[in-house]
Amino acid sequence: MEQTVRNPVIEVKNVNKSFGDNHVLKDFNMSVYPGENLVILGKSGSGKSVLIKCIISLIQADEGEILLLGSSIQGLEQDELDMLRAHVGFLFQSNALYDSMTVRQNLEFPLRIHWSKEERALGAEAAVKEALEDVGLLHTIDMMPSELSGGMKKRVALARSLILRPKVILYDEPTTGLDPITSREISELMVSVQQKYNATSVIISHDLNCIKITSNRVIMLIDGTCYADGTYEELSQSADPKIKEFFK
Amino acid sequence: MSRFTARFFNEASKPKQEYGEFFKQCYVIGYKTLTLVGVTAFIMGLVLTIQSRPTLLEFGAESLLPSMVSVSLIREIAPVITALICAGKIGSGLGAELGSMKVTEQIDAMEVSGTNPFKYLVVTRVLATTLMVPILSSLANAISLYGGFLGVNLRGDVSWNLYWFQVFGILNFGDVLPSLIKTFFFGFAIGIVGCYKGFSSQKGTEGVGRSATTAVIVASLMVFIVDLIAVQITDLLGLT
Repeated sequence: MEQTVRNPVIEVKNVNKSFGDNHVLKDFNMSVYPGENLVILGKSGSGKSVLIKCIISLIQADEGEILLLGSSIQGLEQDELDMLRAHVGFLFQSNALYDSMTVRQNLEFPLRIHWSKEERALGAEAAVKEALEDVGLLHTIDMMPSELSGGMKKRVALARSLILRPKVILYDEPTTGLDPITSREISELMVSVQQKYNATSVIISHDLNCIKITSNRVIMLIDGTCYADGTYEELSQSADPKIKEFFK
Repeated sequence: MSRFTARFFNEASKPKQEYGEFFKQCYVIGYKTLTLVGVTAFIMGLVLTIQSRPTLLEFGAESLLPSMVSVSLIREIAPVITALICAGKIGSGLGAELGSMKVTEQIDAMEVSGTNPFKYLVVTRVLATTLMVPILSSLANAISLYGGFLGVNLRGDVSWNLYWFQVFGILNFGDVLPSLIKTFFFGFAIGIVGCYKGFSSQKGTEGVGRSATTAVIVASLMVFIVDLIAVQITDLLGLT
């Protein structure tokens, strides 16, 4: 009940997105409230990553409106969009660490746009170290991404998405390709950084353990629409065959 | 491709350029291609001289060897061969680098962080190739003439002073300037094609390989097309 009186951090209204004949999102609606950890669950190719990329305007929706932190992203100029993106962290499925840069340079990269030269000179080093400490990888600061394991790359990518202290963090399949132990560690890390930074999270995942650990609420994306919305416990006990299929 | 080129001019004309990345690319593109260009240019000058000697000898014009070699090298051979080497090394490098950044979402990550990836990656690299290919070509001109000096003296005896006197005696404004100007266009064509192929890369690692290969093919073809146009313009202007 409390959620209905708070303004949503993200609002997706009647969004449609097609790739040729493939209608991926059909009049999709969703709201995410401050402090929530919302998981979007769905089959591969169901449009989860497309949705999360529409939210940050990496992909343009064909129709509908997306409000991010109160601003309609479709109507923003590039500079305004860049400023808005400073409040959003994005953890890519492939980590997307810059191969040619060290861990330190990877983390400093977002600062070069959003911090002034003076701010960078005074605070970049401390900000980088704090973000790396948060993910337990301070010792990797001068290493290259190629020297890191899969789990370490994921942590560094998470540190990079935290460097600007975002209000919203978007995770695109954060545990894909990781072993169960590392996957659990990453999931627990996501919860701890969410608490520390008081951020709102939207997580795309198939990993039931990750969903169980991280989610306050789960949305099921089936056939381009929001098929179900509830807590992990509610959905895992659902009698609906389409939902049960995911929780087997 | 034309839209990509138009976007390049649009982004390049805006303020706040990425100067640090531009100078880094000048180093990567220029300095790291220098050895390859230098060795090739030296061999080119040497071989051209050795192979031209018998023909000139038939007409009793062996003494014209330094003049003939210098005109051939400066006007056409050195700039075109340098551009083709750059199309191979730099074009494939740009196609593969940007292609791999594209398929591993690094370009998306840049965009999310508020950086304009086109300005950071494309504008800097295209400007760097446009500047560095003429510099490399000028160095190739000089080195190939040194190769020519060695070639002349393998079976003849031409003094250092006489060789350079003959080389510079025959060269004039109409030989050097058009040749230099066209290398800027070679550099631009190599940069824009390499970046376009990389930036539009798709379908994972297979797509990256294809981007690198097509970048070399298209950039090499563009070098010949630019050269053909440059020759026609030079001819129209009466600089031949």
